[in-house]
Amino acid sequence: MKTPLTIALVGNPNTGKSTIFNALTGLRQKIANYPGITVERKVGTAIINGVLHKVVDLPGAYSLNYKKLDERIAYEALIGSYEHEESPDLVLVVADATNLDRNLFLVTQIIDLNLPMVLVLNMMDEAEGKGISIDEKALEQNLGIPVVAISAKQKESIEQLKHVIGSITPGRSTPLKWLTDSNLKKASELVISEWIEPYTDIPERARTIEALRLISEGEFIGAFYTFAEVEKGKKVIAKARAIIEQNGGNPLATEVIQRYDFIGETTLDAAVQNSENKKTLTDRIDAFVTHKVFGPLIFTFVLLVMFQSIFSWSAPFMDFIDLVFVGAASWVANALPPGMLNDLLVEGVIAGLGGVIIFLPQIIFLFLFIYVLEGTGYMARAAFVMDGFMTKVGLHGRSVVPLMSGFACAIPGIMAARSIENWRDRIITIMVLPFMACSARLPVYALLIAAFVPSTTVLGIFTLQGVTFFGLYIFGIVMAVLAAAVMKRIFPTGKQTPFIMELPSYKMPKWSVVVQNTLDRGRVFVVEAGKVIVAISIILWFLASFPEVGSEEYETNALPTESIESYELRHSFAGRFGQIIEPAIEPLGFDWKIRIGLLTSFAAREVMVGTLSTIYSIEDDGEDISTLKEKLINDINPETGQPVFSLATALSLMVFFALAMQCMSTIAIVRRETNSWKWPVAMFTYMTVLAYLCSLITYQVVRVL
Amino acid sequence: MNLFLSEIKSPGTFTVINITGSETTRILEMGITPGIRIEVLRKAPTGYPIEIRVRGGLLSLRETEAKSIELKG
Repeated sequence: MKTPLTIALVGNPNTGKSTIFNALTGLRQKIANYPGITVERKVGTAIINGVLHKVVDLPGAYSLNYKKLDERIAYEALIGSYEHEESPDLVLVVADATNLDRNLFLVTQIIDLNLPMVLVLNMMDEAEGKGISIDEKALEQNLGIPVVAISAKQKESIEQLKHVIGSITPGRSTPLKWLTDSNLKKASELVISEWIEPYTDIPERARTIEALRLISEGEFIGAFYTFAEVEKGKKVIAKARAIIEQNGGNPLATEVIQRYDFIGETTLDAAVQNSENKKTLTDRIDAFVTHKVFGPLIFTFVLLVMFQSIFSWSAPFMDFIDLVFVGAASWVANALPPGMLNDLLVEGVIAGLGGVIIFLPQIIFLFLFIYVLEGTGYMARAAFVMDGFMTKVGLHGRSVVPLMSGFACAIPGIMAARSIENWRDRIITIMVLPFMACSARLPVYALLIAAFVPSTTVLGIFTLQGVTFFGLYIFGIVMAVLAAAVMKRIFPTGKQTPFIMELPSYKMPKWSVVVQNTLDRGRVFVVEAGKVIVAISIILWFLASFPEVGSEEYETNALPTESIESYELRHSFAGRFGQIIEPAIEPLGFDWKIRIGLLTSFAAREVMVGTLSTIYSIEDDGEDISTLKEKLINDINPETGQPVFSLATALSLMVFFALAMQCMSTIAIVRRETNSWKWPVAMFTYMTVLAYLCSLITYQVVRVL
Repeated sequence: MNLFLSEIKSPGTFTVINITGSETTRILEMGITPGIRIEVLRKAPTGYPIEIRVRGGLLSLRETEAKSIELKG
């Protein structure tokens, strides 16, 4: 073909669809969310025989009879009803040759759509290894569509696929003769003539598929059903189902069973399983990895190695990024004349950008691990092993890795939650994830514990400081579990999605896919969350720097020993706001200095230490906490003559930091991953309210004790 | 004697007799159809999910699904 085509890649999950997409498009691809929803859309271009084709990687689907949003988009895009997707000129259906029957189920559905299509049989090398031989010619004959057998990991295979795309003349597929049940036939014709034709604008090619879908699903969700006649449709469906039921059939089952009967005949002469019941490598690994005792142990070990590496490998990169941005800030500060522009660039823009880039090393390393583990097939086993434990607290087996990542940083954890297919499980995981004690809380905990918790020995070997530290981590986990349990009750179950999870065979990960996917995550964070983070940084800078204070005003009004920076901060919009909320904050045991710290630490928790340093007028920017520690201990409230910080205040503050949503980057990434402002706002609100109440209780109780 | 997948105590191969319940369609779509042989491999540490082999592929099923798959030994 010499004309440019829109080529859609579609297929079951775990068929190597992404490998093929990456191989065809290389670096010429874009990722974004579909408007208004959280499914990612991957589009790229491929040059084949000098013609530039558009390639769309549709979400993985087991069936066109959709059970999940991903599958619905694949379906609507294929039939040309999805407003954000062009209908394809050519469909490449990717199937796993080692799992031919189940993959052919989707293939037979797509054939019924009359679209120009090619069946791409992937993983032929593995199929051979399993003793499966497939006769492509026989399969072509039986299905009536071109079949290409490849192993997407091999370069020659991709060339072969490109050759096929470049040389075919797209022709329509001919509907298969799988439907022999006369009752189902009658029922689907009834639905088409009494409902779909008169009342919907579903494209003609999709009418049979949609009728069958309605008969087995009975639900009117999707783009076509925004109008009032749905009640009529429901009556038609009930009538259609009755036709099947009166004759002893099950409307939920007839179509699927008929298709599988057809598939059985199709593969009878086309695919041969030579060695029955041979113990495969996958079986032997699984016996160990999903073992009742070894399984959880292996998973714990994998997690430990993973997080240790994320911490220790990221640290030098984060230090370097910090150094670069501090350097850039001081260079700009000196190069430009002092003034508002200078401040805006240095304290707003550069600080904001630095606050974005600093998260990259952790994101990159976490996703490197995740994609390697996903590529080997281990992640599905980890979910299998953990699922029982996690469902008890309202989460999913796949929630474990995101939640544990939260100990390093909530941001990569929230991004990692996308591996949880079920929307409700995923949103609950995201909503409770910021309770995990991330590394940004460390400096604050360290400062307060060192200053106000005595280092008394308890139980012989521990110090009270160490126990408090540990207690704060456990506190975070307990709150996450409790919040998940509550949300599980509050959030509507909606349409139950079945939890049948595929356990793919173990294999070596495809390195180019691992690298590309990891870089994609980094890019998504910098580009999409970055915009929001920089914008919030500038706003926060403005609130903390204006209105400006003249040096005269400072000299006449400042407290004794107060620096100009501290005075400016106290009289800025942020400082004034701190004064307004004083009556609300006072019962928590916080004075004005902590209040301002709480406001500035919305940017990021560790900023608290820097702000306190500024207010206590310490030159050092929080790197060395010992001076600040002394100042905190010795700070006396001039009105009461009592120390500003008591143990009650310190504990109350730590509880606040454990629970409050003080991280604009988390807000930004939650917005990106849920594709709406609703969830980040809800998260901010409930976490802040919870933090306030718990701090209040802590302060009031400890003070009395 | 017929029994449900949820009642299977030890690994073994069984024939699927029937699928019941509201998740019927998806269970069938994943290839667990009447007449097919499935191999029950193992259970997760907490009892669920259950790992089975069907049509050459491995699947993990939770309690709800296991309760709706009727088998013959």
